[in-house]
Amino acid sequence: MEISQETHLAPILASLPEWRDSLQDLREMVLANTVMCGEIPSPTFEEENLVRFLCDRFTETGLSSISIDELGNAAAILPGTDGERGPDLLVVAHVDKIWDATDDHTVTVGADTLTGRGIADNALGAAVLVTLPSVLEHLGIQLKSNLVLLGATRSFGKGDLGGLRFFLENSPHSPQAALCLEGMQLERLSYSCLGMRRGEITIDLKPSAARHPGSAGAIIPLSRIVDRILAIERPERPFTEIRLGSIEAGSAYNVAPRSASLRFEVRSESGEIVARIIEQIEEIVDEISAGHEADAELAIISTREPGDIGFSHPLVKSTRAIMETLGVEPALDPSMSELAALLDRGIPALTTGLTRGENRHTARETIEIAPLFTGLAQLVGELVLLDQALSPTDE
Amino acid sequence: MSKSAVTPADQSYSKKIDSWLSRNTFHHGEFWDLRKLVEEKERKGLRISLCIPTLNEEKTIGKEIIIFKSELMDRYPLVDEIAVIDSGSEDKTREIAASYGADVYFSGDILASQGFKRGKGENLWKAIYQLEGDVICYVDADIKNIHPRFVTGLVAPLIHRDSMHYVKAFYDRPIAYSNELRPSGGGRVTEILVRPLFSLFFPELSALVQPLSGEYAVRREVLEQLPFPIGYGVETSHILDVYRHWGLDAFGQTDLDKRVHRNQTTGDLGKMSFGILQSFLNRLESYGMVDKLPELSNLFRQFQAEGNRYQQVLKEIVEEERPPMATIPEYVEKMKQAGREVKPVEI
Repeated sequence: MEISQETHLAPILASLPEWRDSLQDLREMVLANTVMCGEIPSPTFEEENLVRFLCDRFTETGLSSISIDELGNAAAILPGTDGERGPDLLVVAHVDKIWDATDDHTVTVGADTLTGRGIADNALGAAVLVTLPSVLEHLGIQLKSNLVLLGATRSFGKGDLGGLRFFLENSPHSPQAALCLEGMQLERLSYSCLGMRRGEITIDLKPSAARHPGSAGAIIPLSRIVDRILAIERPERPFTEIRLGSIEAGSAYNVAPRSASLRFEVRSESGEIVARIIEQIEEIVDEISAGHEADAELAIISTREPGDIGFSHPLVKSTRAIMETLGVEPALDPSMSELAALLDRGIPALTTGLTRGENRHTARETIEIAPLFTGLAQLVGELVLLDQALSPTDE
Repeated sequence: MSKSAVTPADQSYSKKIDSWLSRNTFHHGEFWDLRKLVEEKERKGLRISLCIPTLNEEKTIGKEIIIFKSELMDRYPLVDEIAVIDSGSEDKTREIAASYGADVYFSGDILASQGFKRGKGENLWKAIYQLEGDVICYVDADIKNIHPRFVTGLVAPLIHRDSMHYVKAFYDRPIAYSNELRPSGGGRVTEILVRPLFSLFFPELSALVQPLSGEYAVRREVLEQLPFPIGYGVETSHILDVYRHWGLDAFGQTDLDKRVHRNQTTGDLGKMSFGILQSFLNRLESYGMVDKLPELSNLFRQFQAEGNRYQQVLKEIVEEERPPMATIPEYVEKMKQAGREVKPVEI
């Protein structure tokens, strides 16, 4: 990918402030879409209602090739002026949320903020995805490229980016570049992802141990496993860490639980180190299981291979310039989400945040309205840049 | 002694209600095609105003304005103006509503020559003067699950049918499910107070599933002829007045599915009932009905929903009465033997 400072970037940087101001005209539209995307429950594997809403919006905007695939992804195309000759650009937002369908999804609109479960992750991303055609139309921008909009399902947890992976494997549109939308933070710039494995260890007491009157229950063998995992050697470079995310066991003060589970994540800039640590954890689990006390099992829930387009990649460099022109100081942050599936397939891609917010993944998740227009202008800048850099010239 | 069962008048009311329910009761899903609705509105040259009466509604007003402006003005130009008419909020209601593009008025500034009374009915009344629409759609500001259907479901019947004047919302509040049949309740005050009153005095009006709902759309020609109680009785008196002058066929009602809002305390419902009863009795008096009560029906009319079809559930409730024990010879004799003389007194 070649991006010319003079031909491609300079005119975009000059237009950014005007775009940001002009997009205020669409404030109610983007906020209304955000409220509606926020109030439709969409737990992983149960995204149908939100996907249907996105498709309705795609239809109303007059997009073509609107479809819902076997894994429930919502896809549509805004055809470019170059037709078949033009490249395909992908903009993707995951549509699943971490919340159950029965949780209260009411969104509260204040003078400067929107608050509600999943409003940042990722109601705003989904809302911007469906508003994007109106954004481009409002700014009078016609891309040469075919813009593929994808509301991806099965992103979180056991979903393991299933929606996007399926789309990339099966879609006739093979994107030349992609942008991933996340609600916050505005400063976020992700161009790399760490290698990662998420796993769940389950402990079940063996019948003989469970019947033993002095049995201390499943927590003890699990805590032994935790101690052993924490003792695994982790290099400082390449960056490597083991996160213990959740433990579940028992239901009372005085009853020894028969089973227990631990969820963890191993992440590293090196895929080899991730694989090595996982092997060590497998050995620990096997060793505990071989004892007389408990059966232990390890299940790998999701996997990411490390990927990186590089700090000096023209897309990253130009995006930094776009952000700085808009007064946003980029915070470089490796991603664990959609970006991983794209980089896996060698597709140049970035993840950026759309606005600022707080209380992520709580019932009081809040996003600020004012910075959103900076995020939208940045998104348009990145799209126009990719469009110009990737479209074939007449020569 | 049992009173007679169902009268010919009761049967006639039932027939009329069934017919009205099938013709004039809608579900908002029937009006999903907003493009067509806008085309029809423009063909008829109708202007539609949306009025949201407020008093300290900062928690919900922003969302209502955003949704209505985006969906019903910017995306589909169904509504020509969105006005918030405020009774003097002390929170940020007016500021938030204005920031999202609503026209915001303090009720006291409208038609100042007529003075200012604090109450929801006052705001609704002043909207007739202030707003431009041929149809005014009133929507309360406390709805948590706001959606464009709260407007489209109410104005669509007026756009499509010229003979209709007053369309009320109702909401499905299932009390229990059994065999796909669910009782369609209208709220506590409706079920305990208003429906029994209507069943007794104006049986046809019991066809309105939720007569007290705060969401309705009305033609200007009707609104400008109605007196407006400024408090709790405004919806009840409207219904009685429209019924008396324009008849049952002037009404429509639309099922808007679920409405999530803050719950009122029993004390608040008591105040509301008192206001409604005042308005109801005032109307009886002004219609000259107080000393000429109609033959009171024994039929109590409720509703059941089956899918989107509504049907009456008639319950004959006969309040039989026993005479005072002092008029029963066996009792008088028994008392006499016990050395006590019992005589009936005039009550």
